[in-house]
Amino acid sequence: MTPAPTPEAAASGAPTPPPSKKPAPTIDSKGLQRYKMLATWIIFIGVLVVCFVGVDADFMALFSDGARQNMGRILGEMMRPDWSYASHIWKPMVETVQIAIAGTIIGAVLAVPVALLCAVNIMPKKIVSIPARMVLNLVRTVPDLLFAAIFVAVFGIGAFAGMLALVFFSFGLVAKLTYEAIEAIDPGPLEAMTASGANKIQLIVFGVIPQALPYFFSYVLYTFEVNVRAAAVLGFVGAGGIGLHLDQQLNSLRYDRASTIIVITLVIVLLIDYASTYLRRKLL
Amino acid sequence: MIEFKNVVKQYPNGTIGLNNINLNIKEGEFVVIVGLSGAGKSTLLRSINRLHDISSGEILVDGKSITRANGKQLRRIRRDIGMIFQSFNLVKRATVLRNVLSGRVGYHSTFSTMFGYFPKEDHDIALDALTRVNIREKAYIRADQLSGGQQQRVSIARALAQKPKVILADEPVASLDPLTTRQVMDDLQRINRELKITTIVNLHFIDLAREYATRIIGLRAGEVVFDGPVSEATDAKFSEIYGRPINEDELLAADAPKGGVTV
Repeated sequence: MTPAPTPEAAASGAPTPPPSKKPAPTIDSKGLQRYKMLATWIIFIGVLVVCFVGVDADFMALFSDGARQNMGRILGEMMRPDWSYASHIWKPMVETVQIAIAGTIIGAVLAVPVALLCAVNIMPKKIVSIPARMVLNLVRTVPDLLFAAIFVAVFGIGAFAGMLALVFFSFGLVAKLTYEAIEAIDPGPLEAMTASGANKIQLIVFGVIPQALPYFFSYVLYTFEVNVRAAAVLGFVGAGGIGLHLDQQLNSLRYDRASTIIVITLVIVLLIDYASTYLRRKLL
Repeated sequence: MIEFKNVVKQYPNGTIGLNNINLNIKEGEFVVIVGLSGAGKSTLLRSINRLHDISSGEILVDGKSITRANGKQLRRIRRDIGMIFQSFNLVKRATVLRNVLSGRVGYHSTFSTMFGYFPKEDHDIALDALTRVNIREKAYIRADQLSGGQQQRVSIARALAQKPKVILADEPVASLDPLTTRQVMDDLQRINRELKITTIVNLHFIDLAREYATRIIGLRAGEVVFDGPVSEATDAKFSEIYGRPINEDELLAADAPKGGVTV
């Protein structure tokens, strides 16, 4: 995910330091290790139990008659998707992908300047980078569905609210990943650009962008994958796309139609994931 | 061409990097700076183009004070100083030509360089610089496809594309094998002689220093302890600079026989 370390060190033939030898384990340290291990397990299981109690976990419910009957009925209906319904959902399906594409692109473009402001190797002034990161973290704490709900309340029901939600979500994700990639680039070319009399923008154009661009594109594609999946459920809060129809069919207990939507969504998401993963592998 | 006036560099932790340096380097000289690691060679070199700031004193480059220069003035002076680094500092994913062209940015406005556009004359200058270091045919290859010696020549070409008056080279051959070391040093020497570019090189191989320099400056603990022509830089003098007898590994000849190397 991050740029590989520069191979200069290896190329210069510098002698590698001898591997540090750990002191041979004594009986004491072995005993200590065992206690640490035990304590870790106890804490781990303790946390799990507390959480089970918190969510009223009832494992018997999984095997109760009611659950078995419901599951059997719903699965049975879903096994027979209503393909005649497919012709009705192409339009919202396309809209879902359009929401994802527009949201990703606008968010990614907005992320670029902010990523540059956040990266301390480009913006050593803390007075800029720290507030920029705070804004970024704030944006990232808000879940995409919450953004969608807010924008539906502000701009009304529809795909536009969904797109705006994904703009914010993509912005946060792309900016965060990109500024981390920028901080990991080789500082050598930046030094060379400074020495040749470049100003800050020229330094970014010739030293930073050529190094960070493949990572940026890779993150944008990854964000697009996540966004297609997110766009599929945005409709549950009224923010357009296929989710609205899925919600309607589930509420009217038309599991055969819901199944059609789920299968088609799955195919689209898989296709986009496959294409995107292929492209990302080509990029890096 | 380059004048050091009472230059002192003190690090924030109190360590003295450079202690009252006074030097006057004339146009066309090929100066080699020698000294143990930590003696201040790199600090001295990097203070010339102000990659490092000095604490007091003044450095003049071609009559202009780089110490007092700011913003655009500083970038103007830096444009006239090409720099070559130990680790080449190329953008590895970019083509050779792109790397060399990046040396031209100091001549253009921010706006025209923002989209990576360069006029045809710049392409000619870049290709010319590559021809001068004998790697014109590599122009359209990605920099990371080249060997270490070839990458260092690309970085020399990038410095040349600046049309500099001065070239600074900070341990330019420390990452290279003996054969490519000579090729790179020969390139630097030829450029110094043909284009009359004042050249200042940090080296730790003392036989290379003697072979290529017209003038040797010895640094020890941030002070100039030797400054003179090669003929005066005897083994005894080097021992003085180093504070001890010369080691085998301070001679390139120890790595490979000098006579056996062809360029």
